Amino acid sequence: MAKVSVRFFARYAELAGCDWSAVNVSTPATVGDVIARVREVFPGTQAMPPRPLAALNRRQVKHDALVNDGDEVALLPPLSGG
Amino acid sequence: MTHLTRHPIDVGDLLATVQSAERGGTCVFLGTVRNDADVTSIDYAAYEAMTFEEIERILAEAHERWPESRVMLQHRLGLIPVGEASIAIAAAAPHRDAAFAACRYVIEEVKKRVPIWKKELHVDGSATWVDPSGKPVAGGLRDR
Repeated sequence: MAKVSVRFFARYAELAGCDWSAVNVSTPATVGDVIARVREVFPGTQAMPPRPLAALNRRQVKHDALVNDGDEVALLPPLSGG
Repeated sequence: MTHLTRHPIDVGDLLATVQSAERGGTCVFLGTVRNDADVTSIDYAAYEAMTFEEIERILAEAHERWPESRVMLQHRLGLIPVGEASIAIAAAAPHRDAAFAACRYVIEEVKKRVPIWKKELHVDGSATWVDPSGKPVAGGLRDR
């Protein structure tokens, strides 16, 4: 079992109703597994696209990246900086 | 100089960090809040820790590609009124080609990689997250 911090930003924070949480996932687990768990715990996030942009420990990753206990997964709406 | 600020960007300070006697070409890019439709201001939010690291990586890449250049950028966060800069990039190099190229590289990578989001505030008091992919978002469709 791994406990993973999850951060929500911008519109996704509004959908989740919070900007930070933590979820438990059975290992081995991927970022995609974390997102699936998030959709269960925070039903509002089911309105996110099927494959939202994600970062693992502050780097963008694909959903098949493996997570470890203590990692931080961030769910990123389409970027619009600059 | 810090990459993120909640105050108006001082371009003079930014220039001072990149200019030197051997760098004869300096290029500055400013991104400012546009008065699209009924937009009065834009509220910028960031995943600050990742933004800082990503900007550092982008600047390191620019330095690797144009070793004689020096590039610095500042992104403003929080509420920014129409007409004020949300981002400023200064690139200095011995000659103009490298200055322009490095400046262009940095703004394009920032657009693609840096986790910053903007929420447009409208005259009628409503607010809309900007989705550059053009997909519908809460409150309406945005195509920028």
